[in-house]
Amino acid sequence: MTQRLVVIGNGMAGARTVEEILARNGDFTVTMFGDEPYGNYNRIMLSNLLAGVETEEGIFLNDLAWYSENGITLNAGVKVERIDAKNKTVHDSNGVVTPYDKLIIATGSYSWTPPMKNVHNPKRGYHQGVFAFRTLDDTRGMIRYARDHERAVVIGGGLLGLEAARGLQNHVSHVTLLHAMGHLMERQLDPKAGQMLQASVEGKLGIKVITNAMTTEILGKDRVTGVKLADGTVIECDVVVIAAGIRPNTEMAANSGLPVERGIVVDDQMRVEGQPDIYSVGECAQHRGSLYGLVAPLWDQAKVLADHITGTTDVAYTGSKLSTKLKVAGIDVASMGLIAPEHDTDEVVVYNEPKKGVYKQLIIRDDVLVGAVLVGDNSKAASLIQAFDRGTALPEERAGLIFDIGGPAGEVPPAEMADDAQVCNCNGVSKGAICGAVSAGCKTVSGVMDSTRAGKGCGTCKPLVQRIVEWANGGAAEEDPAASWYVPGVPMPKPELMAAIRKYELKSVSSVFDKLVPGGEHDAKSKMGLASLLKMMWADQYIDERDARFINDRVHGNIQKDGTFSVVPQMKGGVTTPAELKRIAEVAEKYNVPMVKLTGGQRIDLLGVPKEQLPAMWADLDMPSGYAYAKSFRTVKTCVGSDFCRFGVGDSTALGIAIEERYQGLEGPGKMKLAVTGCPRNCAEAYVKDLGVVAIDGGKWEIYVGGAAGAHIRKGDLLVTVDSAEEVIKLTGRFLQYYRENANWLERTYAFVPRIGIDRIREIVIDDADGIASRLDAAVDEAVQSYKDPWKERAEPATPGQFRTSLPLTVLPQVPVRA
Amino acid sequence: MNTLSLTNLGPVTDIPLGEGRTYAVDGDMIAVFRLRNGSLRAVSAVCPHKGGPLADGQIDNSIVVCPLHLFAWDLATGCSQSGQAPISVYPVREDDGQILLGE
Ligand SMILES: Cc1cc2nc3c(=O)[nH]c(=O)nc-3n(C[C@H](O)[C@H](O)[C@H](O)COP(=O)(O)OP(=O)(O)OC[C@H]3O[C@@H](n4cnc5c(N)ncnc54)[C@H](O)[C@@H]3O)c2cc1C
Ligand code: SF4
Ligand code: SF4
Ligand code: FES
Repeated sequence: MTQRLVVIGNGMAGARTVEEILARNGDFTVTMFGDEPYGNYNRIMLSNLLAGVETEEGIFLNDLAWYSENGITLNAGVKVERIDAKNKTVHDSNGVVTPYDKLIIATGSYSWTPPMKNVHNPKRGYHQGVFAFRTLDDTRGMIRYARDHERAVVIGGGLLGLEAARGLQNHVSHVTLLHAMGHLMERQLDPKAGQMLQASVEGKLGIKVITNAMTTEILGKDRVTGVKLADGTVIECDVVVIAAGIRPNTEMAANSGLPVERGIVVDDQMRVEGQPDIYSVGECAQHRGSLYGLVAPLWDQAKVLADHITGTTDVAYTGSKLSTKLKVAGIDVASMGLIAPEHDTDEVVVYNEPKKGVYKQLIIRDDVLVGAVLVGDNSKAASLIQAFDRGTALPEERAGLIFDIGGPAGEVPPAEMADDAQVCNCNGVSKGAICGAVSAGCKTVSGVMDSTRAGKGCGTCKPLVQRIVEWANGGAAEEDPAASWYVPGVPMPKPELMAAIRKYELKSVSSVFDKLVPGGEHDAKSKMGLASLLKMMWADQYIDERDARFINDRVHGNIQKDGTFSVVPQMKGGVTTPAELKRIAEVAEKYNVPMVKLTGGQRIDLLGVPKEQLPAMWADLDMPSGYAYAKSFRTVKTCVGSDFCRFGVGDSTALGIAIEERYQGLEGPGKMKLAVTGCPRNCAEAYVKDLGVVAIDGGKWEIYVGGAAGAHIRKGDLLVTVDSAEEVIKLTGRFLQYYRENANWLERTYAFVPRIGIDRIREIVIDDADGIASRLDAAVDEAVQSYKDPWKERAEPATPGQFRTSLPLTVLPQVPVRA
Repeated sequence: MNTLSLTNLGPVTDIPLGEGRTYAVDGDMIAVFRLRNGSLRAVSAVCPHKGGPLADGQIDNSIVVCPLHLFAWDLATGCSQSGQAPISVYPVREDDGQILLGE
């Protein structure tokens, strides 16, 4: 029988456990709760995000589609407050009670703040300018704030602190790292290695490091101006990042009466002690007295838990041997097991070359590797980790363990690696699995990474994955160079492409292929993107080649799964009249429309219309197209507002209609969905629209941009508050034009706004810092002027057979007809 | 190639450059495309994936992309570029402005 599985925590361990359960075809309906308002992302990659070498898009592991495809209910942004183990329910922050048959707690950790004076502001949480480094929101906040500031202090000289310091260098000019202990990464490195790392961090990266530095106070009244150390030293700074360690999130479990020591106590099946139906995995779980703060052990735990919960008996997690192989702040570091000898008989092999910043230490007991530290050269790390994990006897010749003697310099060549040698430690991918993917047809590194997940953890093994893929391919794999191109078939990023289009005055899609693609090769998959770009750039000078349009844009309706189309009459602001309703009803009846549906955008959708009937229906309706297709300005959803609503403070309906009237049909790189709401109660859901307008007291309007509530959920950022409806209309156009010109093909505003940064967008669109505001206004005005109602094409088709059916004769999956 | 008796489908100008149209031939539906380089291609009209109308797809000079789930097939060989079953390919040519299908 299908059981209800509830998972608390949508982080790396929680989501991975669910993946493992799905892979075993576990018979569960899954409900997940995540405190953070996102799908599941790779927390490890936050370091890269901060350092600017990864985008937000790139760090998501499972998008919202994954959840729905697998029938998982995701409660993103919802915190579980209590578990009622007796009644087998969880209670969340919305007051909703969810029953479970099996429960998994994967709440991870929070960033610990050492006691310091003035670190918290009673009103705001952290003092302004002080950040933790744990979540995507932390990282975004840090980047946003650091951009406008100069000097940063990072508190904590462990892995995380080093990554934070390195990343901040990307945004500020001075970074100081304060560490309370005698040497960096004291848990993984011995003093010598720690000093070596410090020398490299200072010398190569220019980060100032102070050890034995106990921070006692954050200085500054409204915002940070510096920090004070125990010895009285004051370090001036305007950004402080705290990376002083983590503590497991166990409060909720403890309050619910579960056994909690340092972490939630679990047995070898990851079952919470004394609870037959509750499990815990990840950083919050305490197993045989140990807590783990790296992902590799969590993956092991997830596998055991998944095996056990899907009915495999005889599985046990017996703990993990910790090893790390990292690029810490750009310097190779590997560490495993002991960092100092424990017995007199322990053998210690040390190699030290301070000038080059290379240090290696091995600890060997009875011919078995029990500890190793490597700094500055990780070439032997993979083989050492393998020897450490497996406990295999080491060769007599110890030097060979830390150097490539006689052989070629660098890492083991792929040809010489054993098939079961583990390449990606985060995801447990072997050389054999990578070669398997290549022989199954994946020829690019990114393709192999997608199909095996190799290199998708911390990313340190990516170069090795690349070399193996190349080797398996006979030496030829390449990273997909097309990643930065605007469309896959024209080898140029958007700005270059636009410049070339302007230079050669290319006004049709085919001319772009002919002129800009070497060999003049046309590419079907690039046509839509180019058509949209050219239309935006040339407005009514654009030469419209119909074959460049997607079928939806050729027949002005949305294609359905059975090859029929939908008809959505325009209904500005969601407002209609009895007469219009009657006409729509009559047309629906006359054409036997199988389904009449209200859409999420407050419009009436007539679904299941054969292509050849479209022109006649449009004529009978005699209403303009409602743009339920195309990458274009869609609808403006409105609430009733001050006209009728008791709470309304602004006439949201009128403003919504005015905006829709002006910008109808405007094309862009992605859909643009808008809303206007009459007060902050937000009945029209304006906070989660590409552009949302909210009436607030005093006749003012707030404009939010970059919101989304589709496959991705994001609350928009407040762009500006203005005094009049006219200003809203004008700034809406200016923002949309800026988006149209600068977004990548299919990049919705929820990705675009964070990529550019709301502050930067405000500078351009509101403060006119770049002096382009009036040009943007003029450009959007020109586009508005060239609007034509596409449904007028009904009288005279644009191409022969434009509305001829393409429907095959075979029986097709039908759109369900409801009585 | 599949055998079909020679049929005149009408003027090539019935198909706009770079687009496709569906024709019913002997109880079968066949999608004929007119590539931007002027040549013609004919394939079965039904997408083998989930029955999508291939003539509504987008093409270039070598492939057609189904409008429903965007899988792609080679117009000359019928082979899928995305691991799907192949589509049937029919001989087609232009003669004196007419589309001639079959041989
Ligand atoms: C910047 C950074 C870099 C790192 N680099 C590395 C690295 O290179 N290698 C490595 O191995 N590890 C690294 N780590 C550590 C690694 O990210 C963690 O070990 C891992 O994410 C832990 O997974 P988890 O699922 O246990 O916890 P998390 O990923 O923290 O997930 C827990 C989730 O549960 C949610 N939650 C908590 N309480 C509740 C509640 N009551 N209701 C609902 N939801 C709740 C939280 O909001 C969170 O989203 C790094 C960590 C950070 C922050
Ligand atoms: S958002 Fe405010 S004004 Fe609009 S319907 Fe809701 S409560 Fe009324
Ligand atoms: S209408 Fe939208 S949300 Fe609904 S099934 Fe289709 S794509 Fe998904
Ligand atoms: S029906 Fe053609 S790709 Fe799915």
